[in-house]
Parts: sequence; structure tokens; C-alpha cells
Amino acid sequence: MKTTATLAAVLLMTSSLSVSAETLRWARAGDSLTLDPHAQNEGPTHTLAHQIYEPLIIRDMTGAFQAALATDWAPKEGDPNVWVFNLRQGVTFHDGADFTAEDVVFSINRAQSEDSDMKELLNSIVEVRAVDDHTVEFVTDGPNPILPSNLTNLFMMDKGWAEANNAVEVQDVEGGEKTFATTNTNGTGAYVLVSREPDVKTVLKANDNYWGKGEFPLQVTEIVYTPIQNAATRVAALLSGEVDFIQDVPVQDLTRVANTDGLVVKTAPQNRVIFFGMNMGAADLKNDNVDGANPLADVRVRKAMSMAINRDAIKQVVMRGQSQPAGMIAPPFVNGWTAEMDSSSMTDVEAAKALMAEAGYADGFSIQLDCPNDRYVNDEAICQAAVGMLAQIGVTVNLDAKPKAQHFPLITNDETDFYMLGWGVPTYDSEYIFNFLVHTRGEDRGSWNGTGFSNADVDAKIVSLASETDLKARNATIGEIWQVVQDEQLYIPIHHQVLNWGMTDKVGIEVSPEDDPKMKFFTMN
Amino acid sequence: MLAYVIRRVAQSVLVLLVVGLVAFSMFSFVGDPVDNMLGQERTQADIDRLRETLGLDQPFPVQYWKFLEQAAQGNFGLSYRQGRPVSEILLERLPATLELAFVSGLLALIGGIALGIFTAIRKRGAAAHVIMTLSLVGVSLPTFLIGILLIYVFSVQLGWLPSFGRGDVTSLGDWWTTGFLSVSGLKALILPAITLGLYQMTLIMRLVRTEMLEVLRTDYIRFARARGLRDRAVNFRHALKNTLVPVITITGLQLGSIIAFAIITETVFQWPGVGLLFINAVQFVDIPVMAAYLMMISVMFVGINLIVDMLYFAIDPRLRIDQTAGRAK
Repeated sequence: MKTTATLAAVLLMTSSLSVSAETLRWARAGDSLTLDPHAQNEGPTHTLAHQIYEPLIIRDMTGAFQAALATDWAPKEGDPNVWVFNLRQGVTFHDGADFTAEDVVFSINRAQSEDSDMKELLNSIVEVRAVDDHTVEFVTDGPNPILPSNLTNLFMMDKGWAEANNAVEVQDVEGGEKTFATTNTNGTGAYVLVSREPDVKTVLKANDNYWGKGEFPLQVTEIVYTPIQNAATRVAALLSGEVDFIQDVPVQDLTRVANTDGLVVKTAPQNRVIFFGMNMGAADLKNDNVDGANPLADVRVRKAMSMAINRDAIKQVVMRGQSQPAGMIAPPFVNGWTAEMDSSSMTDVEAAKALMAEAGYADGFSIQLDCPNDRYVNDEAICQAAVGMLAQIGVTVNLDAKPKAQHFPLITNDETDFYMLGWGVPTYDSEYIFNFLVHTRGEDRGSWNGTGFSNADVDAKIVSLASETDLKARNATIGEIWQVVQDEQLYIPIHHQVLNWGMTDKVGIEVSPEDDPKMKFFTMN
Repeated sequence: MLAYVIRRVAQSVLVLLVVGLVAFSMFSFVGDPVDNMLGQERTQADIDRLRETLGLDQPFPVQYWKFLEQAAQGNFGLSYRQGRPVSEILLERLPATLELAFVSGLLALIGGIALGIFTAIRKRGAAAHVIMTLSLVGVSLPTFLIGILLIYVFSVQLGWLPSFGRGDVTSLGDWWTTGFLSVSGLKALILPAITLGLYQMTLIMRLVRTEMLEVLRTDYIRFARARGLRDRAVNFRHALKNTLVPVITITGLQLGSIIAFAIITETVFQWPGVGLLFINAVQFVDIPVMAAYLMMISVMFVGINLIVDMLYFAIDPRLRIDQTAGRAK
């Protein structure tokens, strides 16, 4: 009798072992800043939230829309100012509460509140109303054709849970109190939070009641997420088998990882363009040797500078092949991108010199280039390469590279003549680029436009995009705006960044352009 | 003695105020926290509003005064990065750093004294020469490189020890977590402790050796030998004791720097201590965390200096004689 019981116990243990934990040990450079899904609008924060919480719509690993908590969505018939979302039925939060239209209304309102960092993406929404338990209507201030694009990182919270735990408001950093939602979660996602030590270790386990069973591989049953800041250590952890999957593989270590038995590197173009901006608007530049005039105000100078940059050389030497030369400041998957514009930046030093002479700068001039050194892949090295290339047409560049915390304020405060910037487009639509980089700097648009470019006609066109429902007409306007940006050589595009993920060969997954792995898509063998 | 302590404490408070002022005035050069705190979609209006709520639009003296007022009550505010109280975060991270510092300090002290004595007594031996040469390498290699080398050899090539983190930790009480009680925790300690302690160890070793050689040349050692005392007694009872005063000074001061400069080691090994916290804070311009960390480090240095001075008193009788003689006047 006793033996049988022991035997049964052993059998039980072995059988439970055979179906048990496929743990994915995952490392990347940075940690999520907070568990409150509406408090920060930042990559690693969204990535962790995506495992626990869900938006109405997600992007799959190729960047295409996929139904999540909404099963379908469309503009309301007869009323272009309203979007109707049908919600998935039978979805429960981790604590067992049902997901209903009330929760959507609550979440959107919460994300629109003043302390939320997500509110800018919801500017056009005037009202969200629950028609019934599983239908929600979004009313916008005029037709908004790209509203769904703005919702792919907008996570749904449980109204009842938030109210019960005093987490209705998004945390106000200076408010003095941390909120329950900063350190606790209750989502509908495929994984449930088990433990979290910020910057040290976060453990998640599979949600047994997940609605997507059978729809997604869901082969990872446990996630152990450890941020490892130092690139060399991160790669060492993968090489030594302490982690299974890393993001942000440094380009100099790619071959090393790829040549190791049992490890693979996967690569895909990232949703991020690297480019230089030039302050054409200032009457006189701060750090140049031309008195009383701004050489960058002359489009011929801007064109000459772009022509002096050898993007292929940067790709080969600085990026070790890990970039794609760019001719426009939009990544290839963004609406408005054209192959023709993206291949328009050609290197021609002789023609560039001729243009410089025509503009009256045959002897060149000197200028300061502001560059970050801890933000983009090999950012400082790219700037160094550009210094040498610009010298060929007589532009003497004095390079000033500093950490991002000091670099970015130079751009937003109009304190730089010539700078590097990278830009990603979470909405996959050119309007986003125009709003921040092309529109005249003002209260609510143009906050990253450090060029001083201001054109009333272009501004009007940019504003019109927000409410143009005729997609053909809208795309035509987008094309017109791009033409101006290209003709004016508003920016000097350098390249599209390439993303690298390193992993053991038992992990199966493709790289997503947003750099946000969603573990429910992972396979493990 | 009491007057001496009081005077030293008063000096210490002054030092802390100055450190706070210098640290605070430096923050404006680190960057703009608002930029990191708001996403890339922020508008100018958002920036202005946040700057106002954080009090960053106030003049510098006002900001510093507010900081002092709060800090005096033990309140360092909320971290801009994590949105949690700074004191809570610091307490959470402190055990990791203290354990690492303790182990590497111990390593440096035991290894340093032992090797120092050895190389002094056997100063012409081949082994001593090898150790001295190796110690030069230890002093001249940067911490960063030593850490990466150790990771390469012991984690990647041999697979013996973990390359990052603290392993499994056990909670003791409310906020102390220890890695001493698990195998993986102990294994995780080895590489970072060696990396952090190596420089201190060579320093102590060379110091002990020099002092010891000096002492061994003195007359009283010769007399001791002449009296026929055994080598063991001469070396350890008479010579060693007299070499320890400078060693204690250096060790005390180095213990402070081990904790303060664990930053690099912690970054290389992703060791979740206060050093790594500080680096993250600098990158994010998390002013409350930077301020609290700098204050904490300066309190520690001042405290260690105080203790070292007290230890002098205990070890070197000449100081006591000076003091009493002074009082007698």
C-alpha cells in the first residue's frame, strides 16, 4: 500500500515535471521604470507591461495590427467622429474580475489625466462611452483616421481593482506618495507578476486563465527578467548560459555570439532613424566662425553637407554592416515612406564643394556638432566619422559629445547649431514625425524641432492630417509635406538603425521593429 | 577625550553641509531631469508644468534650502526614476553593497597582511619576487578590466561562477537581504569581491611589507634576535604589532573608498547595490537619489575618519601621553 502511494507520488512528480516550467531568462540593458501602465511612455516600461497588461490592439512581431482586447474596430457608420470598438468576451483580469466596457472607459480617462505620460497620444479623444458591456465608442474632435495606431501601447486596467486599491489616479511624482499601481499589477495579459525588485529581478508566471490559449504559442511558462546594464556582462551572461535571451547586443560582439555553438543572433530593421539637424532659423550661430550670418540658412550649404556624408562608409566601418543608409527621416514601415526618397541621399564631394562655393563658402566655415554618447548605437563614433567627411568640403566641425541627459535639452531648448537625433514612430504614420520634427515650435507641436524651420503653409497641412478621413487625400498631403522636407534638406538623414537580439537556439522568435518582445509569441524547444 | 569627540563631530557637520552644497550645485550640470521623465511626445506645456511641480523653476539657494529642510527630517523625497521614496530604495540596496564591501575588505586585509609578511620575511625568495611582480599588475590594471577578465575566464570559459547579480538572497528582518546563506549567493560574491578587493589587497600588502622591513632593521629587533628569541616570536609578536598603525589607517580609509567606489565593480557585475543605483541615477538625472547617495557617502567617510582617530588612541600609547600631557598644562 505504502509502495503504491510512493509510486503514485513519484509518477505525479515526473508527469508534472514533463509539462512544467519552460523558463525564459531574459536580459536587456534597462529596466521598466514603473508598473503603472499609464505613468511613463518609454520602451522598456511598455515592454514589461505588455506581458502583464493588454491594450485593445497590439502590433504583432512584424508590426501589423492584431486584435487583443478588442476583436474588431471601425469608424461608426454615418458619424466619422466616432470609432466603435467591439470588446473580446470572456476575458478576466488576473484577480478574476471580468473585463468590460467600463474598464476601457476608466482606463482611457485615467490615461488622459494630467499626470499621465500617455495623454498626448489621446489628445483627439473627447469622450469614451460604453454602449453596452462589450462595445465602446471613442468620440474624437473631428475625424481621426489613425486613432487605432495610438492605442497599441495603451493598457487596460480594472476599474474595480484601481478603486479598491486607491490607484485611480496616475502617480504624481512630486505628490509625495507612491501609489499601489506603481508596484502592483492586475492585468488581463498572458503573464502574472510573481515578484519584482526594480533594477534587479522580475519574475512572471503564465496566466492559467488567459483568453489567448490556443491562439498564441504561450510556450514560455515562466519569465525571469534581469536588467544587465553593462554590454560586455550582458553578452557574457548569454555566452555562459546564464540567460537565454538578450536585447541590445553590441555590434562588436555580434559575430562572437553568432559563432558560438547553440547561440543565434537575429536581426531586423528598427523603427528608428538617425539623422543630423541643423539650426537654419537662427540669425547667427553660437559656435561658428561666420560673423553676423548663419551659413546653415542657405539650403545649398545644407545640401552640400548632406552630400559630403558617406553613409556606406559609416555603415561598413562604424556600424559593421548593422545599419541601412537613409535618405529620409522615416523608417520603411511608416505610412508616407517611399523607396525613392529613402535612397535620395548620395555622396558627391565634388558637387558638394561646388555648392559650397556657389553659396559663398568656398573656404568653408567652422561649426560645433552636438552629439549624444549613450543613446544610439555607436552614436559618438558616427559623429566622429561625420567630422572627417565634412572636413572634405571645408566645414570644420568641433565635436561635443555628452550623455543624453545633457544632450537632449540642447535640442528642446534651442541651444544647438548642429546636432544628432534619432526618431522612432510608434504610430507608424508620418503625421507623428511632422508633429514633432517639422511643425513650427509651439505649445503643443514642434517640441523636438530644433531646426528653427517654420512654414505656415506646411504647418497648416500638418494640422489638417489629424482630421482628414479621406486616406487618399491624406496620403497626398503627407507626400507634399515630405517633398518640402526633402527639398529644404531640413535634416541630414544618416541611417535606419538595425536591431539585434541574441538567444539560445531553443528560443524561437523573430525580432520586432519596436524592440518589444512579447513573450506569448515565443516558442521554446 | 570628550571635548575631542565633540570638536570632531562639529567639524563633521560642517563638512557635510559643504558637501551637500557642492553636490547640489553640480546637479545643474548633470542634465535636465524633466527631459527623461517625460516621454518623447511631451509638449513644451508639459515640460513647464513638471518643472514647476518639482520646484526646478526655483532659484538654486531655495532648492538647496528645501533639500536641507527635508533631509534634516530624514526625508529625501521620491526618486524621479522609480517613483518610490529614496530612503526606501537606498535601504533596499545598501545590504548588497555592504556585504560586498565587507567580503572584499576582509579579503584585502587577510590576503594583504599575509602576503606582506611573507614577502618581507622572505624578501629574497623567488616566490616573493613573483608576488611583488604580480602585485604591480594588480595595481595597474583598471577595475573594469579585471572584472571583465574574471568574467571571461570563470563564467564564460570555465562556467564555474555567475557573471552577474547576487544569486539567491534570503531576507533577514524587514529590509536586510543577505547572499551569505545560499550557495548561489556565495558563488555570486566571489568574482565581484576579488575585483573590488584586489587593489586594496596589493596596497595593504606593499604597505605591510615596507613597514615590516623597516621595523626588522631596527635595533630592538636585533636585540631580540641576539637574545635568542625564536623567529616566530620576533616576527609576529614584536615586529608585526609595530607595523599595524599605518595599516589600520589605510584600511579604515580604504573601507570607505571600497563602499564609495564599488560603483565600477557593481556596474560590471550588475551587483544590485547603491553604486549601481547611483550610476542609474546619474544617467536619468535622478536628483533626489544622487543627493541622498552623496550625503550618505560623506556621512560614512566622516564617520570612518572619526573611528580611525579613535583607534589610534587605542593602539598607539604615545598619543594618549600627548593628550594627558596637554591637559596637565
